[in-house]
Amino acid sequence: MTDVLTPVLSAGWADDRAWTLDAYTRRGGYRALAKALTTTPAELIDLVKESGLRGRGGAGFPTGMKWSFIPKDNPNPTYLVVNADESEPGTCKDIPLMMASPHTLVEGVIIASRAIEAERAFIYVRGEVLHVVRRLRAAVREAYEAGHLGRDIGGSGMNLDVVVHAGAGAYICGEETALLDSLEGRRGQPRLRPPFPAVAGLYASPTVINNVESIASVPAIVEHGIEWFGSMGTEKSKGFTLYSLSGHVKRPGQYEAPLGITLRELLELGGGMRPSPDGTDAELKFWTPGGSSTPILTAEHLDVPLDYEGVGAAGSMLGTKALQVFDQTTSVVRCVLRWTEFYKHESCGKCTPCREGTWWLVQVLRRLDSGQGRAGDIELLQELCGNILGRSFCALGDGATSPITSAIQYFRDEFESGMHTPSAELFPPVASTLFATEATA
Amino acid sequence: MSVFDEATVGELRELMGRYPQARSALLPMLHLLQSVEGHVSTAGIELCAELLDLSAAEVSGVATFYTMYKRRPMGTHHVGVCTNTLCAVMGGDAIFERLSDHLGVGHDETTEDGQVTLERVECNAACDFAPVMMVNWEFFDRQDPASAVELVDRLRDGEQVASPRGAEITSWREAERVLAGFEDGRVDEGPAAGDASLVGLEIANERGWSAPVADSAASAAQESKGEAVAEADTQRAESETVAEESGADVEGGAGDRQEASGGGSEPQAEGKADD
Ligand code: FES
Repeated sequence: MTDVLTPVLSAGWADDRAWTLDAYTRRGGYRALAKALTTTPAELIDLVKESGLRGRGGAGFPTGMKWSFIPKDNPNPTYLVVNADESEPGTCKDIPLMMASPHTLVEGVIIASRAIEAERAFIYVRGEVLHVVRRLRAAVREAYEAGHLGRDIGGSGMNLDVVVHAGAGAYICGEETALLDSLEGRRGQPRLRPPFPAVAGLYASPTVINNVESIASVPAIVEHGIEWFGSMGTEKSKGFTLYSLSGHVKRPGQYEAPLGITLRELLELGGGMRPSPDGTDAELKFWTPGGSSTPILTAEHLDVPLDYEGVGAAGSMLGTKALQVFDQTTSVVRCVLRWTEFYKHESCGKCTPCREGTWWLVQVLRRLDSGQGRAGDIELLQELCGNILGRSFCALGDGATSPITSAIQYFRDEFESGMHTPSAELFPPVASTLFATEATA
Repeated sequence: MSVFDEATVGELRELMGRYPQARSALLPMLHLLQSVEGHVSTAGIELCAELLDLSAAEVSGVATFYTMYKRRPMGTHHVGVCTNTLCAVMGGDAIFERLSDHLGVGHDETTEDGQVTLERVECNAACDFAPVMMVNWEFFDRQDPASAVELVDRLRDGEQVASPRGAEITSWREAERVLAGFEDGRVDEGPAAGDASLVGLEIANERGWSAPVADSAASAAQESKGEAVAEADTQRAESETVAEESGADVEGGAGDRQEASGGGSEPQAEGKADD
């Protein structure tokens, strides 16, 4: 059996000046690259395929398989694009990774580029994280100076240039085809598929787009092997991963564990729920397993294994493993309204169901939140969601419906109360805050 | 060439040269113009259009799509309060309200002294530090209304302020220059990680937990270690030594879920992120 927590990606985060090439190399960094440089691209793809590594950005698609879709006979250059546009509400794992150990990502980028035979790679990082952008740029510069990037890397004949590209504030750019449009200097709007990016991605050329954590996991797999990787996790969800605990818990933060750990176990490690103002431990009311686009779960789901299959079977999705935990002081209607306002704001406007649908959802939810709901509003919400789900151009619209339909499923009575009582009366917001005890004292 | 000096035009061209196709530099170019002018002006739009051989309307369409680009002059400092759900519940709404009162400005407005532009921002990927504020896109963690007021007052008084997880605060324009693609020598300021980022690592260290040792000879040692902590672990052992199996475990075809930014239907969005 493996240990309960298995820091791999986060193992060096507390090291002195962990972000530097020096610190990273001292910990064994770039050893995997040396190994990869004597491995053929085809072998690297097979290795990652056989490891069972699945995308850590939300969808869980097997990373090696994604790489293998790159056509061999396409005359255009192949590109690797790292999706570092972490902005799914609740998700906060890639940003600390890149801040503390940007070289883990850079090393992964070089190995992945070798596998897919790309000579250009881009790290598309959201713009709202200045210090992370600094750390990434410096890491890439240091990697060039050390000969890990540029021409004839390590005498292998491999060439690779990496550009760190800062976005400019648009959630939709986390959607991979919208990200490509954005990287081409356009409005970030999703593209129709097919053609898939593997065939016609950046500049209509073969492109692999992977999440930061997926790429950062590659060096460890190359270095330690697939048996080692598979000794962590579950049968179909292999390996280690970063779980991000936030909200009304005693110790919010990053917990790196084998896939399949439960929220109960994570909470126990961190000392449980926060104390209520009256001194007792707060009660878990609802939580998201993987960001706001994944249907919410409740205390009945504390023992669901947090892997792709387990969370799926519970009616939600593992998503980004962003565990946002809310206690009994929290109004679910208020939360759902806020998430929906977010989706409305971030809808790119390209397709009608999402653009118009999210606008209507907000109108109805505002009424309910302020206690002005009308008879039939709950059914109206469900109908609107039905018209968006599966009918939108990209996953943003689908994601927008998740919190609403799941919240109605578990907390219908709270929506019914919205016909006559404002949420703030039922759940005074001050009680939910971090400074609740001072505020109520 | 308009109000911009040669140095700026040279840097814009440098950005264009970093990409296989020059237009890819448009987002960085707009960041750079903001650092020069304090916002994206009509002249800036026209300059980008000229350099990239686009129409001004095309450039303007891009500039208005992204929330970080500001068409009106900004304050010296940009102060963002995360009011996405998690932070809002943890106190972000109260913080924004207090700041708005204190500064006498609303969302996306600048104080009369030109010091601070206040904005509600979306989830800034720091929810484990909630409630979160950003100053010139540097993190200020676990804020409350009083600490937020103190922070903006110090900024307005020109005091030195450093991000607990970043560098010393300079100005929004200087931040924009880094985002555009030019290093400012501040990369070594601040820690590697904030406390919340290290919580799991600390617990693992306290209990002597780690990832398995790589070679199989070490597996015996691993097992005894496992027993030692068995009371803390519990349920999840049985599933994980299951035999190795190929990674090709996606049921139902690669079709839609494949390139998946979430793949749409069935069962529904897989989060919107990429893979
Ligand atoms: S909700 Fe505020 S940082 Fe995520």
